[in-house]
Amino acid sequence: MTRALAALFLRDLRLARRIGGGGSMGVVFFLIMVTIVPFAIGPDLNLLGRIGPAILWIGALLATLLGLDRLFQADHEDGSLDLLRMADTPLELIVLVKCAAHWTATGLPLALAAPVFGVMLAMEPQALAGVTLSLLAGTPALTFLGAMGAALTATLRRGGLLMAILVLPMAVPVLIFGVSAAAAASDAVASFGTPFMILCALTLLSAVGAPFAAAAALRSLGE
Amino acid sequence: MWKYANPTFFLTLVDRVLPWLAAATAALMAAGLYMTFFVAPADYQQGDAVRIMYIHVPSAWLSMFCYMTMAASALGTLVWRHPLADAAQKAAAPLGAAFTFVCLVTGSLWGKPMWGTWWVWDARLTSVLVLFLIYLGLIALWQTIEEPGKAARAAAILTLIGVVNIPIIKFSVDWWNTLHQPASVFRAGGPTIAPSMLWPLLVMALAFTLLFISLHLMATRNEILRRRLHRLTMLAANAADGGQADLRFADMEV
Repeated sequence: MTRALAALFLRDLRLARRIGGGGSMGVVFFLIMVTIVPFAIGPDLNLLGRIGPAILWIGALLATLLGLDRLFQADHEDGSLDLLRMADTPLELIVLVKCAAHWTATGLPLALAAPVFGVMLAMEPQALAGVTLSLLAGTPALTFLGAMGAALTATLRRGGLLMAILVLPMAVPVLIFGVSAAAAASDAVASFGTPFMILCALTLLSAVGAPFAAAAALRSLGE
Repeated sequence: MWKYANPTFFLTLVDRVLPWLAAATAALMAAGLYMTFFVAPADYQQGDAVRIMYIHVPSAWLSMFCYMTMAASALGTLVWRHPLADAAQKAAAPLGAAFTFVCLVTGSLWGKPMWGTWWVWDARLTSVLVLFLIYLGLIALWQTIEEPGKAARAAAILTLIGVVNIPIIKFSVDWWNTLHQPASVFRAGGPTIAPSMLWPLLVMALAFTLLFISLHLMATRNEILRRRLHRLTMLAANAADGGQADLRFADMEV
């Protein structure tokens, strides 16, 4: 079973690298998000530095969502989802591994690119570290929550927009604690530890719960 | 229980109960509105604006009650695959969205004179807004998936995921420091609200609950009839077609 899961992980990574729309596109979208914000609110560096963590988090949230609609849809279209569903390996574990592969291909590059983009927003080094850490801890939760939406809309032709509508309200707590952890890193008074711990808890909780919900959705929609 | 879950029995039951329920709703709503405007005293600080409470608080309670009804139906869909649960689930979503909307709008109207702002991003307001968004997402999901059985199971899963939000709404005023006041009716140590205001509120709450039950029963009945009509149409088309029509969507035994 471990070998099958490892093979699935590598397959998804390979697909993400070879087919367009994978990790690199998410990072490009992220860069564009960061670029358009100063045009909208003006190039005031003090203001940008203050709201930088929030901009990076919203950019990461939207960039994560963009790639997620293909998480199960592509497998549904070419039929491999049926094979995965009928395999001996539990579907919950398959969902977990697919999420892990998806995060490695898209979420991790976003978190690693965040400090570079943060410099463009005139953020302090401490704030850069804070936002990178919070994105590293928080983007897996976004992937897991998104996987539930992706599973619910896998069989729909235009599921992307619906998926965003379903997933974004659920992502609010992650956004709240992610941004407050990132903002607390450069703040002398607020504590970084508390929101960061809650963010980690949200990620762990969604890692446990979301595979079951997504697997249930995939099973019931595939009947 | 299974006797009541039979759609045909359910339809006759609804037809028998609904007139009484509607009459009781109308009577209670009239009494509640009369008490709201003529019996309940004006607040010594808020003046007559406090009367918004008699609409705002019941609709807030109902927005959560409706979600829990929907979640219970969702369990019925997932565990027993019962078509009546599917219909009850589908009927509850727009009603819940409507009650949540009324709650948000009246809260906003109340907030302007009292807090000096239409909207603040405190935990209670935000979590209710998220509830509204979840309702809208559910309605969108129902509309997008054509096959009723599949739509019901997808909506049931999403509904059960969204249940997380209900305790957050309920306890947001205790967990966080909010501008919205903490619970004053259902709390340990009894209500902190004066009896002269509590009674009209409870009458209105009961009227709103009966209104929801009546509307929910009617909407569930409509959904069952809609499915029967759909099935009959498909069968008629199939017969006219010489048995070639696609019967995939007509497999509901309703």
